[in-house]
Amino acid sequence: MSTSETHAQVSYLEHQGKYKGILGWLTSTDHKRIALLYMYSMLVFFSVSAILGLLMTIEKAAPGQDIMTAQQYNGFFTIHGVIMIFIIVIPGLAAVFGNFALPIMIGARDVAFPKLNLFSWYLYIIGAILGVLSQFAGDGPPDTGWTFYVPYSAESSTNVIFALTAAFVLGFSSILTGLNFIVTIHRMRAPGMTFFKMPLFPWSLYATAWIQLLATPIIGITLLMVIAERVLHIGFFDPALGGDPVLFQHLFWIYSHPAVYIMILPAMGVVTEIFPTFSQKPVFGYGAIAISSLAIAFVGYFVWGHHMFTSGISYWSRWFFSFLTFIVAIPSAIKVFNWVSTMYGGSIDMKPPLLYAISFIFLFMIGGFTGLTLGSLATNIQLHDTSFVVAHFHYIIFGGMGFAFFAGIHYWYPKIYGRMYSNRWAYIGWGFLFTGFNLLYFPQFIIGIQGMPRRYFDYLPEFQWGHFLSLIGAIILLSGFIIMVSNLIYHRRKGAIAPANPWKGVTLEWQIPSPPPVENFDEIPTITRKPYFFGKD
Amino acid sequence: MEKHHISSYTSHGIVLTVLLTLTALSVTIAELHLGAISVAVALLVASIKGTTVLTYFMHLKYESTFFKVMVAGVFAMYALIIIFTFFDYIFR
Repeated sequence: MSTSETHAQVSYLEHQGKYKGILGWLTSTDHKRIALLYMYSMLVFFSVSAILGLLMTIEKAAPGQDIMTAQQYNGFFTIHGVIMIFIIVIPGLAAVFGNFALPIMIGARDVAFPKLNLFSWYLYIIGAILGVLSQFAGDGPPDTGWTFYVPYSAESSTNVIFALTAAFVLGFSSILTGLNFIVTIHRMRAPGMTFFKMPLFPWSLYATAWIQLLATPIIGITLLMVIAERVLHIGFFDPALGGDPVLFQHLFWIYSHPAVYIMILPAMGVVTEIFPTFSQKPVFGYGAIAISSLAIAFVGYFVWGHHMFTSGISYWSRWFFSFLTFIVAIPSAIKVFNWVSTMYGGSIDMKPPLLYAISFIFLFMIGGFTGLTLGSLATNIQLHDTSFVVAHFHYIIFGGMGFAFFAGIHYWYPKIYGRMYSNRWAYIGWGFLFTGFNLLYFPQFIIGIQGMPRRYFDYLPEFQWGHFLSLIGAIILLSGFIIMVSNLIYHRRKGAIAPANPWKGVTLEWQIPSPPPVENFDEIPTITRKPYFFGKD
Repeated sequence: MEKHHISSYTSHGIVLTVLLTLTALSVTIAELHLGAISVAVALLVASIKGTTVLTYFMHLKYESTFFKVMVAGVFAMYALIIIFTFFDYIFR
């Protein structure tokens, strides 16, 4: 095993390439630096979008118009959705932790196409800037919602084309990252690392990459079709021109439902690394978790119709998509059982990463079960387009992907920066985040069942208690986020020096120094045993 | 090290002719107004064109069976997506 004391190469943070300073970062093809470029960019965009979310919650704290007009509210929820979905949650875990950890975990020096990797980040930045600019350029902020449903998106006088182009460019970035990861996993695994000796985070990235590669082009073409309809009046979706508006929903959700798995599969992969490490025990059901990732990716392609139960699709389609929605819950449940079984009988060390990972299971399960409520045909009609849906997808997206991201950053932070953060402040941050999150979103389930519609600027007085609790939750949540980020930023330079393996992990990234050297390994290791070997099977 | 395969000009010429012919066929079919099956026929022609490009221009012909199966799997998945979408239209 290499250690920081005996290593010959300089760390990737200190490495001096052709250029110095920020230019050195902007031109670096090192997968670890690109991972951090993604992370810092996301932090900026997340902060912008979170503030928009907070302002919407303030607006709804009391009935009637308070701090913004109805049209401004439409613009806010549209750009909040576009940023959160296309800029944060879809690329999030794969672009940050996938880029940082994947090559190291499979024993490679970098991804298969390092320059393409940097190009993906530039595309990402161009798309993200276009998305934000859509708020200011042209004829006013787009007001269609992030789903861009026609016929409204083909007719709205606001700046829809800008936002569509942003999503289109971001899609390209996602495709290229997926392609890069597939080739990296197929071609660059260390000698002896067969697919079934590969850690489970790379497995989840592999399943994700296939979705990125195969599903994203469909949304790209669909968005171009909307632009063509707006600009050239080609009748793809407008019935007056011979088109079909339901076709847009089909095409949109053929991508956008698998996109949920693009963000949740890496989240599952992250916590799958954390449970064995902090239980000091091999992961329970390695094969079942690996195959269930592929099963989720595959079945997840064929459930898109559950977003359209009330849109006028055929009876048999509704039956079929509802059935498949229940089927896709099975591999997800397999993973949950395996995570819990991994902890059972282990030497549990409740460090911040494990705390976040357990929170992930709790919140993801609430999101998952309420998803089944929505996937059931009868209850869907009652709950469709209510704030119940808003609560459900925030539990999946923020409770799932968000808390897995927090788990991941607390897990790999010592490896990324070579420093330790304060556990005490990490626990305090977690307390605020977990409490604030539930207080913000859980009331939305209840008022949703009572009939509170989503995307409504105003509402009946009986729903005020729920919105008011949500505002208090949002403030606590934001406080927790600030505490967590401050803890991480402060200890980036002031924290205690991290050893190579502070958590007693057994995957390859813990066998190299913290922070890793530029090319990760002095010598590419040869793999002889399964990935989660803690010396006792 | 990967093997390099250099295709002949004759092979390229034949593939180009096939692709142009199929494109002409696509245009002709679009003008025939075949009703419900027009999309299916257009997709079939497009799939033949795609397979030809993959096989010859992208050298899938020289790859291992594993990669051929993966590409076939992708085709099958797209086919399923299209079938499920049109399933809705047929029964609506």
